[in-house]
Amino acid sequence: MTPDKAEDEGNEDVEMVEIFVMGKRYRVPKGLTIMTALEYAGYKFTRGCGCRGGFCGACSTVFRTEDEYKLKMDLACQTAVEDGMFLVQLPFMPAVRAMYDIEEVEPEEHDNILLDHYPEIARCVSCNTCTKACPQDIEVMDYVQAALRGDVERCADLSFDCIQCGLCSIRCPADIKHYHMAQMARRITGRYIHEHSDELEKRVQEIKNGEYDETMKEMVEMEIDKLKKTYEERDIREEG
Amino acid sequence: MADGYPKYMQESIKKVEETREERMDKTYDRMSPSEGEEVLNNFHPDYKEEGKALLKIGPSEGKKVPTELAKLLRARSLVDPSKIDLTQIDYDVDVLIIGGGGAGTVAALWSLYEGIEPEDILISTKLRHGDSNSMMAQGGIQAADEDEDSPVRHYLDAIGGGHFTNVPELVKALTIDGPKILKWHEELGIMYDREDDGNFVELPGGGTSRYRLHSSGDYTGMELMRVLRDESENFDIPVLEFTPAVELLKDDKGQVAGALLMNLETNEYYVVRAKSTIMATGGFGRLHVQSFPTTNHYGATGDGLIMGYRAGVPIRDLDSVQYHPTGAAFPDQIVGLLVTEKVRSLGAQPVNVDGELFVNPLEPRDIEAAAIIRECKGREKGVTTPTSMQGVWLDSPLIEMKSGEGTIEDTLPAMVRQYERFGIDITKEPILVYPTLHYQNGGLVINEDGSTPVKGLFAGGEVEGGVHGKNRLMGNSLLDYNVFGRRAGINAAKHARKASLGKLTLDHVDDYNKQIEDAGIKTDRKAPLLLPEYRGEEVLRRHLDVEVTL
Repeated sequence: MTPDKAEDEGNEDVEMVEIFVMGKRYRVPKGLTIMTALEYAGYKFTRGCGCRGGFCGACSTVFRTEDEYKLKMDLACQTAVEDGMFLVQLPFMPAVRAMYDIEEVEPEEHDNILLDHYPEIARCVSCNTCTKACPQDIEVMDYVQAALRGDVERCADLSFDCIQCGLCSIRCPADIKHYHMAQMARRITGRYIHEHSDELEKRVQEIKNGEYDETMKEMVEMEIDKLKKTYEERDIREEG
Repeated sequence: MADGYPKYMQESIKKVEETREERMDKTYDRMSPSEGEEVLNNFHPDYKEEGKALLKIGPSEGKKVPTELAKLLRARSLVDPSKIDLTQIDYDVDVLIIGGGGAGTVAALWSLYEGIEPEDILISTKLRHGDSNSMMAQGGIQAADEDEDSPVRHYLDAIGGGHFTNVPELVKALTIDGPKILKWHEELGIMYDREDDGNFVELPGGGTSRYRLHSSGDYTGMELMRVLRDESENFDIPVLEFTPAVELLKDDKGQVAGALLMNLETNEYYVVRAKSTIMATGGFGRLHVQSFPTTNHYGATGDGLIMGYRAGVPIRDLDSVQYHPTGAAFPDQIVGLLVTEKVRSLGAQPVNVDGELFVNPLEPRDIEAAAIIRECKGREKGVTTPTSMQGVWLDSPLIEMKSGEGTIEDTLPAMVRQYERFGIDITKEPILVYPTLHYQNGGLVINEDGSTPVKGLFAGGEVEGGVHGKNRLMGNSLLDYNVFGRRAGINAAKHARKASLGKLTLDHVDDYNKQIEDAGIKTDRKAPLLLPEYRGEEVLRRHLDVEVTL
């Protein structure tokens, strides 16, 4: 237990809470996120801080609150500090990732393409710890089970909101690398399972055939006043 | 946990609810050019002269840029060239890419497709591979693929949105390459939202005349970035993480010939010699221009502008900064974070404290932002938060009234999740928003092939300028980093094949330091900034500058 500082008692302007950063005690204003609280306390991040907006998974954090035996997991940039929080940043996840060639992973041509690349998913004991660890509330165990059944699309859909922070994998007793496997599932889905766009294919061919070259050239060379007029007079598709 | 909106704000929400039914089918006329000009002149932060400073040195001497950037452009180098040993080369490659975000990763892949071996490519990045603004984009990517649309129409929208200040050849490249980029994304397996027949779900964006926005829920940027990174990993392209470039290197013929990197954890420097170098460092939101909060990534400190400018690359359009009209204004924990334009694309309206609609929801970004500032500061019709922020309501529940229950959950899962954490249900309650610093419109001057005017140096993505002129449209930044990342990657590879390098030097840094002195600039500041300073004032005041050893 780190001791109180004498001055800690005095600040009455702002409501303060007490947090413990890797065991060290700090008083920080209530209402900060774990990330901004650490900065307030004097930590400058190199690791453990990325987009600061909940999209990149750099700031996975493990904490527990006072009188609570359970460890909780979340993103430091999206979680408000609470009084009596014990916390630590997890800056790096050395998880193994399978190599593959996207041209060679057509699911129809394999029994179970995901299992081939990530055989450890067969070790899943359905404990659901991964799901409980997920800061995005993804049904992680369910997508691993979908992968085991060979349902690549279901695995992709369930895992879509994954920010690849790795908390699932660090908690998994079977050492499954959920987030890497799911990445592969999504790419296979986008490439082989989803229908591709006819309109896009047609447009790409038109461009290749030079069908826009002339009108584009006209536009690029258009004198500014005429260009402004053309812009203002263009028809705009409104709602519906 | 915060517990939603305080009581007094709920009073205003009641008014928003009262007018909702009636507003639902109402449209608000778009501003005429003169009305637009008036609101920009009076309320847009870019149009305030006091936030700008004149550059006294360098290749764009005489140009105005935001004061925060000017301070860095007249700062000294982080390194003392006399203390650097350039004869010991740590990495000798064909293509060096500075920045591991969207543009850098696309550039690496296209250098590879162009025939450069993976081991002859090096990506240097300040944080992790993929840590970037690219990862955070929510709304989508523009590309004219629908039958009723065309690249020429996309061109017109983009150049009009940029107030005709864009470089025509760059806009042409952006728009004509758009469909090709999407085709590449299909092959990589990016999961875009699609109709049953496989065609894309497309939405409008501010300033677009057609439905042209392709998205993956509101995780579009993340979906693109994680697939691009995955592809780069499948080819084993080398990446040095937590190792930013701190200065470009030149050779005795005046070409850019690599960079000096620094290990962010040990402070050791590394010399990289490269036949081609691609600048892909992204934008400068973390400079907090005019003290605005920002949507940007932690590392968005404009480093590439500083290094490129010192090496002789002119800059353009940096006097204009994009303020995204809708940043979060409440709760305090997420102030400044992006509330994607897609919320308005889907039908949400901006309304004031009295529940009145005051602007067309889909004006170009600068006009929309200025109109929101006017509503708060000019007309005093904003809502004040407990921490004295101002904001207007973005009436998200309208989306469900228009398109049915469940639409928000399906199309904006990231946003729902973010607000849920703070006790706000955006399917039932509106979102409080205020403009936030979002995008660096201008940047380093490039040609349409991604090359800069300095031989050996290429650039792609937010660090370069000219593509968007003085105002970028939604969905054109994801496209920009793909189009110009690709072009830079291909042409850097071609250049590398024929380039021959002389002796490495940092003379341009000495020259720049001398220019600082000759111009009579007194400064202790050093740049690039690398990371913003957010430590508590109290701690910094008591900070001891000593080297702590293990």
